[in-house]
Amino acid sequence: MKPGFQSTLQDLGRNGFTHLGISPAGAADSFSFRLGNLLVGNDENDAGLEMTLVGGTYRFNQSVLAVLTGSRFRATLEGAEFPYFKAVHVKKGQELDIGPSQDGARCFLTVKGGFNVPQVLGSRSTHLMTRIGGYEGRDLKKGDQINFGYSSTSREPGKLEKIIETDRSVLRVTKGLQYDRFESKNRDVFFRERFIVSQRSNRMGLRTEGPEIKAGITDEILTEGLPIGAVQVPGDGHPIISFVDHQTTGGYSKIANVIAADLCKVGQLKPRDEFKFQLVSVAEAEKLYFEQESFFQKFTESSS
Amino acid sequence: MILDPTIIPASDRSILIQFGDEISEDLHHQVFLFTQGLLASSHEAISNISPGYSSVLVRLHHQATLAEGMDTIAAILKEEHPGDTIPQRTVEIPVCYEDEFGPDLGRVLKHTGYDKEELIERHTSGMYLVYFMGFSAGFPYIGGMDASLATPRLETPRKAVPAGSVGIAGQQTGMYPLSTPGGWNLIGRTPLPLFNRLNPKDTAIRMGDRIRFHTVGRAEFESLGQS
Repeated sequence: MKPGFQSTLQDLGRNGFTHLGISPAGAADSFSFRLGNLLVGNDENDAGLEMTLVGGTYRFNQSVLAVLTGSRFRATLEGAEFPYFKAVHVKKGQELDIGPSQDGARCFLTVKGGFNVPQVLGSRSTHLMTRIGGYEGRDLKKGDQINFGYSSTSREPGKLEKIIETDRSVLRVTKGLQYDRFESKNRDVFFRERFIVSQRSNRMGLRTEGPEIKAGITDEILTEGLPIGAVQVPGDGHPIISFVDHQTTGGYSKIANVIAADLCKVGQLKPRDEFKFQLVSVAEAEKLYFEQESFFQKFTESSS
Repeated sequence: MILDPTIIPASDRSILIQFGDEISEDLHHQVFLFTQGLLASSHEAISNISPGYSSVLVRLHHQATLAEGMDTIAAILKEEHPGDTIPQRTVEIPVCYEDEFGPDLGRVLKHTGYDKEELIERHTSGMYLVYFMGFSAGFPYIGGMDASLATPRLETPRKAVPAGSVGIAGQQTGMYPLSTPGGWNLIGRTPLPLFNRLNPKDTAIRMGDRIRFHTVGRAEFESLGQS
């Protein structure tokens, strides 16, 4: 009924098309998103609703099992408080009102069966700049109606023993491809100072304010592929973290790369939040990633 | 001969295969063959491929380890035959260089010292190469522009450049497939749809294509746009 600040349908992303200039998109906090699907018994890639900063008001035209995950936004169902990380049977005709965030940048509404929109290139994720996927390739507007789908799994809804808290004030990174191009005093500034999330951040990239990082020999490099989480340093010295809707190639030097296990934190940082970068090895980062994956594997096994 | 690039992790979930550090058709040839090798082979470790001027970035499948990605890359490099020729297409791109489509024509003419006729002559006489597609959907990185046409980017990028706009930025010329923000000097517009939302894989231009621009008038621009 009311869409909030920026609400888009997402799944875990569209893989296989970066060579055509189409980045994967997908949920900005895939950890919370996957959890949402598992808590209603879906496949973890079923489409859910990602809301940013302000949630919106939604009327259910059909009874369904639904759950909110991610950051806590003030949420009420017909005036009664709606819980997080706990699946609830919402009845036909009820209204779920999701207000402003009281925590991080994004929360997710997931329903049993997922949201039923056509797949584009194998995914239901909305890619905003390309205007493909999701609901007509765009964020939701007042009056849009979305049907529920049928999940490909017949899993029982999972139960979460304890809510996992994450510390968003530290983003762990590995060395970026051009790390050595930065003078050591600039690298020191990068790891010592606190950065502030800019208002101009979006799903393409998280922009920062605060410390300026000088690139050393040359700012620009030959345009090359850009990984998600790459911390690029443009000419003005304010690092930009490439994110889910990122451009597929870039020409700025990359000082660091946010580790995969911490990308969910990037999706929860909101304007004016402060954070620091912390260096870890690639081996450590890979270990942390697979620990996160094994958490989901165990969760899936315990509920199937 | 086996290709011998530098292979390094770019993050904990991606690997860069670097064939060199310059813009050249020889390096492009290697990048092209490797990209095609990855696209054609059946492997489970790699889910996304981003070629650049002289390198290819691959992103790992969500269950694959860096070591598995490295093995896949080594196997594909072994299958490569650097002497292979690339099947080449030449794509003709109609461009209307009317003032209404080229709001920065004046800026480019002033910077290059050419009159409009000479600018169009030089822009349409080039045979260009599409090094790779990147940035946003269907955006070709094109090399081969007459160096005397080089004009610096706009100091303040436009918030929205109309789809199909043809522009110059520094030593590069290119086209905007989507309406996106952009800082290129706009000199014309093509009626050719460069990105098809209904079939995103069906792109008018592909990596490795040769491109030629030819000039069309306003009437032809309109009729081509409707077909």
